[in-house]
Order: sequence, then C-alpha cells, then structure tokens
Amino acid sequence: MDLMINGERRQIDVPSDMPVLWVLRDVLGMTGTKFGCGMALCGACTVQLDGQAIRSCVTPVSAAAGKAITTIEAIGATPVGKKVQAAWIALDVPQCGYCQSGQIMSASALLARNARPTDADIDAAMAGNICRCGTYGRVRAAIKRAANGASISGRGGR
Amino acid sequence: MTTVSRREFVTVVAAAGGGLLLGYRAEGAQRAASTATAVATAGTTAASFAPNAFIRIPPDGIVTLVMPQAEMGQGVYTALSMLLAEELEVAPGQIRLEHAPPDDKLYGNQFFGEQMTGASSSVRAFYEPLRRAGATARAMLVAAAAASWNVDPASCRAHKGVVTHTPTRRSLTYGVLAARAAALQVPDKVTLKDPKDFTLIGTPAKRLDTTGKVNGTAQFGIDVRLPGMLIATVAASPVLGGKVARLDEQKAKAMPGVRQIVRLDDGVAVVADHMWAAKQGLAALDIRWDDGPNAKLSTPDIVQGLAKASESPGVTARKDGDPESALAGAAKKVEAVYEAPFLAHVTMEPMNCTVHVRKDSCEVWTGSQVLSRARAAAAEVTGFPLEKVVVHNHLLGGGFGRRLEVDYVTQAVRIAKQVNAPVKVVWTREEDVQHDVYRSYYYDRMTAGLDARGTPVAWTHRIVGPAIIARYLPQAFKDGKDIDAVDGAVQLLYDIPAIQVEHVRHEEPVLNTGFWRGVGVTHNNFVVESFIDELAAASKQDPVAFRRTLLGKSPRAVAVLDLAAREGRWGKPLPSGRGRGVALLYSDWSTYLAQVAEVEVNASGDVRVHRIVCAVDCGRIVNPDIVKAQIESGVVYGISGAVWGEVTLKNGRVEQSNFHNYRVLRMNEAPQIEVHLVRNGEAPGGIGEPGTAVTAAALNNAIYAATGKRLRKLPLQSALALAAR
Repeated sequence: MDLMINGERRQIDVPSDMPVLWVLRDVLGMTGTKFGCGMALCGACTVQLDGQAIRSCVTPVSAAAGKAITTIEAIGATPVGKKVQAAWIALDVPQCGYCQSGQIMSASALLARNARPTDADIDAAMAGNICRCGTYGRVRAAIKRAANGASISGRGGR
Repeated sequence: MTTVSRREFVTVVAAAGGGLLLGYRAEGAQRAASTATAVATAGTTAASFAPNAFIRIPPDGIVTLVMPQAEMGQGVYTALSMLLAEELEVAPGQIRLEHAPPDDKLYGNQFFGEQMTGASSSVRAFYEPLRRAGATARAMLVAAAAASWNVDPASCRAHKGVVTHTPTRRSLTYGVLAARAAALQVPDKVTLKDPKDFTLIGTPAKRLDTTGKVNGTAQFGIDVRLPGMLIATVAASPVLGGKVARLDEQKAKAMPGVRQIVRLDDGVAVVADHMWAAKQGLAALDIRWDDGPNAKLSTPDIVQGLAKASESPGVTARKDGDPESALAGAAKKVEAVYEAPFLAHVTMEPMNCTVHVRKDSCEVWTGSQVLSRARAAAAEVTGFPLEKVVVHNHLLGGGFGRRLEVDYVTQAVRIAKQVNAPVKVVWTREEDVQHDVYRSYYYDRMTAGLDARGTPVAWTHRIVGPAIIARYLPQAFKDGKDIDAVDGAVQLLYDIPAIQVEHVRHEEPVLNTGFWRGVGVTHNNFVVESFIDELAAASKQDPVAFRRTLLGKSPRAVAVLDLAAREGRWGKPLPSGRGRGVALLYSDWSTYLAQVAEVEVNASGDVRVHRIVCAVDCGRIVNPDIVKAQIESGVVYGISGAVWGEVTLKNGRVEQSNFHNYRVLRMNEAPQIEVHLVRNGEAPGGIGEPGTAVTAAALNNAIYAATGKRLRKLPLQSALALAAR
C-alpha cells in the first residue's frame, strides 16, 4: 500500500484494517504519535488527514490511502504548526507531555481552518484531547497566543 | 551564608554513567550504558570532571547533570537542574540532562532511603544535596583555575561556565578546567550561596523538557525501539487470584503478524510484529478464566467490611486532651460517616515495559518512579544478580503514584523470559484501568462536640482502610502506625482542646491498593475539611470566619486562607445555583494551601466547576511557574477524581474499562484556575500533590453552599444524584 506521510511517499505491507496509529508507531517507527485509549476517546493519537484532525487509533490505514497524513514530526513545517509549537514553548504548556502531540495536532487543525477561534470554538475542537496533567488552561492560552501572534503575554490561565 | 560539611556521597565517583540522554535513540542508549566506564580515568587527554554523582563536565564543556528523580510532568528535571546550576554557576542553556541509572546509594531520596520519586518530595529531599553538589564542583573548578594562574581562589569568580580572575580578567572555561579539576581533592566544606544572591532559584526559568514534548521527539518508555524487537499485549485475570482456564491458541497463532503465545499462571500475552496483531491475537484467544476465590465479591461487600471494622477502635495516631469526656460534656454533638471510593490513576501513557532477557543478563527499558525497585524486580524474576540487570529510565507519561509500583515490570520480565528477542509489553487502556494498583476505599467516622457558643471542644476521626505503608515501606511501619493513612488528618491545625485520630487497618482482598496522587492526604483532607464545614454550619458561622478563629497558632495557614478568600471574592454574591466552598490543607508536605472553589449545580443536577482560586505557601520556591503549573495540574486531577472518579467491582471484576466509563475532566469542562503564591524563606514544601488533595473538600463545600445538600461520599456527582432522590 502507498501512503503519503509528511510529504513523503511510503510503501508498506500491512493489513488494510490496521489502524494508522500502529502503522506509524510499530511499522514506520514514528513514535511521536501516541497510543492512549484505542477507542478515539482521548485524542493522544491525533494526526491530520488532508488537514483534518483524526484519531489514528481507529482509522484504518485503507482510509488514509490517497490522502496526506501529517504527524507531529512534521507539523512544525507548516506555518500554523510552527506558530502553535512556538506558543506551546512560550507558555511552557507540556507537563508529562504524553498527550501534547495530539493536543498540538488538534490545535493546528483548528487554527488552520479558523484563524480566530472563540473559547467555544476551542472547547469544541479540543474536548476530545484528554490531558491528565491538567494543562487545559495553558493549551487554551497557547492557542490564543498562536492565533494572535505574540499579543497575549504571561503564562497560564485563560 | 551556610557552611555545610561534606557528606559521604560527595566523593569523586569513577562513573556516574549509564543514564540515558533525553531524546535518545535506544541504540545510543546501549552505547551510553556500555561506555559507562571510569570517566575520571579515561585518559589524561580526555578526562571528565565528575566530583559527584550528579555532575559530569567533559572537556567539551557541555555540563551533564544526572537527574536522580523521574520526570513525570512535575517539572523536576528543571527544578533540580536549577538547584545544581545555581551553585555550579552554569546557564540552563549549557546543560545536558541524563536520567540516573538505578543506584540507591548515589541517587537515593533521603526521605525513603531509596531512589524514589513520590510524595511530593523531590525538591524537599534534594534542595540542599544538589546545591552542595553544585557548590563543590564550582569550588574545585575555581581552585583549578586559580592554581593554573597561581592566584588566590578568592580573587576568581565563576559565571556561566567560565572562571575569571577578576583583577586581570583572565578566564578559562569549565571544559578546559575539567581535567585539572578532576585531579583535585574534593573539599570537605563548601559554602552555599546566601538566598539573597540567588540568580536562578526563585525565577520562572523555562522548562528544559518542553521542546521534545512539542515536536514528538521526547522518548517515553512506550517509544523504545530496538533491533529485532517484538510487541506484546497482555490479559491478566480480570479477577485478582484467578487463572486461565482455557484458550484457543491455534486461532490466535493463525493471525498474520502473531509470533508467539506466552502463558503465565494468571494471564496470557500475545507476542507479535506490532501492537495491532498482538491485540487481534489476544481477542482471538477467546480466554476463559477460572475466577478463583474472589469471584463473588462486589463493592457493597467491601463497604460492609469497612463499616463493620469502623465499629472497633484502631491505632491512635494523635491524642490531645480527653475527647471522650469533652464529647460527653458538649452542648451539641455532630457525627458523620464519610466514604471515598477506589480510584484508578489512568496515566495517559498506558503501562508498558520493554525487556530483553539474554542467557545471563537482562536489560529493561521503562518509565518508573522507583528505578532500583524495577531492577530488583527484574533480578528476582530472572534469578540474575543485580549487576546483571540494566534498567534504563525514560520520561514518564504520567506517574501519579501508579509508577511507584513495579507490577508491570515483573510481568513484562516474566513474559520476556519466554521470548527469544527483546519484547515491548504494552497494556491496552482496558488492561490499565482494570489492573491498576488502586487508591483504596476509605471509610471514616467523625464526631465533634461544640460548646454552647458553637466552639468545637472535641474532635475524633476514625479512619478505616488498608496500611499501604506496611506493604510498601515496611521499615516505616512502626507500632502498627501507618503514616500515610493518617497524613493530613493527624496534623489538624484547628485549636480544639480534645482531639483523637485513629486508624483501623482493614485490608482489601480483591483489589491491589497503593498510592494515588495526594496519597493519604487526598482522602483525609476531603473528610476533615468537609466535616469542619459541617461544624461551621452547625454553629451558624461563616466557613472562612469559623476556620480563622481556630487557627490562632498557625499564622501561615491564616495567611493563605485570607489570601484565597480575598482573591476568591468570598462573600460576594453569586447567581443562583452557584456556591463557593473553601478548604485548607496542611500535611507532611509542609505546604499550606487554601482553595476557594466556585461551583454550579444546574437544573438537571450536573456539577460544573467554574473557578478555582488557590493560595499557596510552599516555603522557598525554586520555580514559581512550575509551582503554578503543578497546582493547576493537581486541581484538574482532583476535580476528575472528586466529581466522577470511582472504580467499582462486580463479581470480582472492575466495571470500568476506558475513558467512556472512567470519566475525567476535559478542556470544555475545565475551570478557570488562579494560583497566588506566598513568597518567604521557609524550608521548601511539596507541591506536586497538594492541589489534588485540597480540591474534593472545596468542591463539596461549594455544592453545599449552592444546594444546601451536604454530601459525605465521593464521587460528588453520584452522591448528589442520590441526595436528590
């Protein structure tokens, strides 16, 4: 099967029902995308398919054929992803960091289609990404910072 | 200025190595481990300076700090590096970090006598040792520079990795000085900086682990990749004590990618080329279990056992005055029973451990809060001596106490013993939720006496639950006293003349129980601060004012209470359906924390937390931004646990399995959280857990303020639904 991952064509030989998550992690060795629940409940495995945030743990690889897969390893190469990562660093968002690949992939997809998200937009886009370290306030602030350039200063809170 | 004597561990160690570079590749890690030879004697041309186990300075001048504690999000790598860097005089940008290898002697946490990251102890335990380690190294580098210029060391100054002779402005870098410093005697005494001269400690320095965590390169245990590595997933008996009865091995083996079925007494693992094949293979096994003796037990049976145990006295942990006669003479008696359920940790990174068992050695890659225990566990299973077991630690995708246990290491080594290749054992989320080492169910009996004016004259608190310390730290379990079971209850700050706190030990046969973020305090603070609120109501006094009058001997507690009340707009009107609750925390962490929570209970009875204000006095602050982050984090974890958290048993099986039925707080439900810090020079207090521990009571008291319903059982959402019936 031919896949387009981070702009590169990759040929893989796996069952067509194998979720994209395990293709990335266990076949291609791209471990930035994380396993959290296996049921599309936590968002740790979020990647982008043609720019749309999807849960790779329940997306069969056959559904990704012919589409562009973007993962955390390459999101920094997009203008939005670069801004999001910079905002995350500026506000020191991550704690344990395990969910952050998924948070960043969801946030980047949101900002790519909505440059000025409201709190409600952020809630809707990010409710599927669980963080047990409770970085939600900083994730929200970082999304706003990325949306506004560097106009939101300070750390934490909404 | 503080002058401290050299302690035993400040000696020139030949090798501090074996640790893993952050963001390493496993191949590199193996190299690092195998080259952990005598760095100080690696030849005169390339000698590294390693005056103690925490610092290595090779000739290239890149300062390597070896991190004795595990990084699980709490910011400890940054905070501990700041302690070292402050005294060593290096800039955060000049530092490279390594995970420490297992070694209790070099990296033991002084509170536990072993390498342990838990109990909010890292900064408290290492505040002085790491500063001393840094100061020792700096003094030697300065001495080496002074000797090479033949000048008085007092005329030299170290700054950002460079020693300068102030009068002549000559300078040498640490890298250049490393070999010369390595030849010097480690000084017996070093002088630590006066806190007023701190340039790093107390500042919101940037975290050192952020970059790898935003670009996918951070390496957690689950990310380990080794040549020839296989992936396994496992099903342990769903009932503790059960065994495999039968399974369909042929069907599983026929699945593409499945390599091997590994049978354990109490479980089965499927070893495969990738996780997808392993998962499908496991499902195809269609395992039938012999549930064993616990097959009929359910939560109500456990609660019944606890309730019965609560009728007998326990071991007294604190006794002031004569509570019995004080109660007999009280104008009013208030009694209550509080209950707190089993809780799962649900770290975002499911349990996992990679193991390669070779003919006469074993290598383990995992994320652990207790690395030396992980090594001992692997040695025990394989029968190899400790020195034949190498364990590599990683970043932890959440700890919360779950990774204080090594059950998943033991299990992975048992599996790997039967596999002729390195194997990564990864638990599914279902396995993780259903085979946790849970926060125990607790059952507490409270009694208080009030005099005619409503002032408390007696307080008795009987805690019923297991003695986790007896299993986990038996050397700390003395005279039947479990310091964890009564933590946060025994330090009651309120001026009440007669107080008794007891613990009735009651062990659970059907679930493994252990430490959960906030340990004993999480449960005790919920009980103590809910009950003191009941007393305020019984004496018709404002909850903040009532607490204040009882805190005459605790000015630091009064200060945080006042600060939280002010910033939390205590007493200001709120829309209907909303209420504010307050809770105060003090425990063995030595941190004072007051929280004001603003909660809404809507028309359909759903709890919604709108705003949380915390006032924190944790003594000397190493990094205020990390302290704030930890309180934000603790509060979110605390809300999940207090509002929805509950693991229940039916016929010996845990009923919850994944995030759909073990609900945790999400972005759209997260409140605004404000953290206000009190700055002072008191000894550092713990900060990783207080935010979690204080939240349940504040929320409970806010629900009372909003609805008039007094809840005495967690989780609050279920208790509220019951109260509404």
